[in-house]
Amino acid sequence: MEASVTLDLEQAATKAESKRGFRIGLPAYVYLVLFFAFPLVLVLVYSFASRSATGLTVLRNWNVDSYERIFTTPLVLEIFGRSVLIALATTAICLLVSYPFAYYIATSSPRVRNILLVLVMIPFWSNFLVRTYAWRVLLGSDGVISQISQALGGEPVRVLFTISAVLIGLVYGFLPFMVLPLYAAIERLDWDLVEAARDLYANGWTAFRRVTLPLSMPGVVAGSILVFIPSVGAYVTPAILGGARTVFLGDYIVSQFLAARNWPFGSALSFVIMFVMLLATMFYFRVGAKTL
Amino acid sequence: MSARGSSRVGKILGFNAVLVYIFLYAPIALLVVFSFNDNRNVAIWTEPSLRWYGQILQDAAVMNALRNSLVVALISTIVSTVVGTMLAISLERFRYRGRGVLDGLAYLPIIIPDVTMAVMLLIFFFQAFGLLDSLTGISLTNGLHTIILAHIAFNISFVAVVVRARIAQFDKALEEVAADLYATRWQTFWKVTFPLILPGVAGGALLALTLSLDDVVVTQFVSGAGSTTLPVYVFGLVRRGVTPLINAVSVVMLLASMILIALSLGLQRGRSGRAADEVVEPASMFERVT
Repeated sequence: MEASVTLDLEQAATKAESKRGFRIGLPAYVYLVLFFAFPLVLVLVYSFASRSATGLTVLRNWNVDSYERIFTTPLVLEIFGRSVLIALATTAICLLVSYPFAYYIATSSPRVRNILLVLVMIPFWSNFLVRTYAWRVLLGSDGVISQISQALGGEPVRVLFTISAVLIGLVYGFLPFMVLPLYAAIERLDWDLVEAARDLYANGWTAFRRVTLPLSMPGVVAGSILVFIPSVGAYVTPAILGGARTVFLGDYIVSQFLAARNWPFGSALSFVIMFVMLLATMFYFRVGAKTL
Repeated sequence: MSARGSSRVGKILGFNAVLVYIFLYAPIALLVVFSFNDNRNVAIWTEPSLRWYGQILQDAAVMNALRNSLVVALISTIVSTVVGTMLAISLERFRYRGRGVLDGLAYLPIIIPDVTMAVMLLIFFFQAFGLLDSLTGISLTNGLHTIILAHIAFNISFVAVVVRARIAQFDKALEEVAADLYATRWQTFWKVTFPLILPGVAGGALLALTLSLDDVVVTQFVSGAGSTTLPVYVFGLVRRGVTPLINAVSVVMLLASMILIALSLGLQRGRSGRAADEVVEPASMFERVT
């Protein structure tokens, strides 16, 4: 008898607790449903809508024309391919540069480490647009890099408004996104394990490949996602550093809304790009889970 | 230093680090130097001057955009910090039906691409205002209010993730001890929980402020006539070409970023002995995303 009373009281207390938890989360819940989930559904709805003769979106005559256009138009597929490729290249370059860099920071003495980290954080927190703009000034035909090249007796450098300029801009913009998770993973690594490998006569490279690298894999996975995702949908960087012939998904989608006024097609594109990113994230999850 | 292997490996690592720092800082440094250049041509150095900074103060469009940016950043940061912190506490400390959905909903704005977010909110406000007009006859248009609403929408999630990392670190027993000592829930929150999570809340707020001051894509989509923010205005100028005035405005924006960094570092130093851990707070936040 007594036991069941306590149980009832406990249950009532748990119930009250969960109600309280729900109430505390409620403002965010309402806000995110109204200004995030609902708009997301709207984009999906729009992607099946049709257009009037004057270019207005008509929420009737539902069709899959927009999706068909994405997968059958060579130009769109080319833009898709270019965006995914440049995102992969950006991720690979960032990873190759950042891993030894993060390793260096993580193995420095604590005092030095703090300074080195703050020096990475400063560009990380600095305005992205401004950092991209700096490359526009640097890479211009009369910019500093071109001037140096000419002073050395070379040709003027014509990189601005090409794919290379966009790649440089993306690597520059997203490098800290790779360094920080890598640092966090390497810093908390158990060095005794590496030492044990060395004691068992593994050479430096083998110990790295078989112990250090697998143990730091969560950082590699996190950094890669963080660089890949914003690179695929990048808009500001291609708009500032790229040319008219190197259109990427981000600026292509924006032009559907601000210039071409084809909202259904733009919505379909936005949905597909989001889908690609979710796939990429899930793929990384799998790889990450396997290596752990 | 055994972790670095042989001294040759250590040297290569050190050299690589120097190159990375040059890569990170040279463009910013050159931009700052050239913002003090008197010449109309941004690339040719003539003599130092504050001419372009003076022009900023006289440029009504720039000053208006700057004011808009500050208003948007301030309001959206305050709201998203409060709502995001509540969300973090709710998700990290309680179990209830619907929590899983909220958890997923809270992460999506971080994963979703900027452009998709921009498109979503553009269509949403277009539809919502259209509906409002046909139902009540009140006609609203995009402006500062839509920018603020949009910034809150993406900032709540970022604040929540940072604060959750902080809550996960401290012992729940501390709250229970307070309750055992007859503290009310409200007292427990303000005397125990809040001081403990404050660095996380401050970190989240600074991240929200930075993201709001940085945003171009979403803002461009939901802004109305005369309601551009500074980054959107500068972005428009940059697309038309490089001018010394943009250099100077850029340096002002950089300076704002630096002040925020200094604030966050100072704040964290005051709170914790191990500053290195705190500096990596954003990094630990990313790991929670994956």
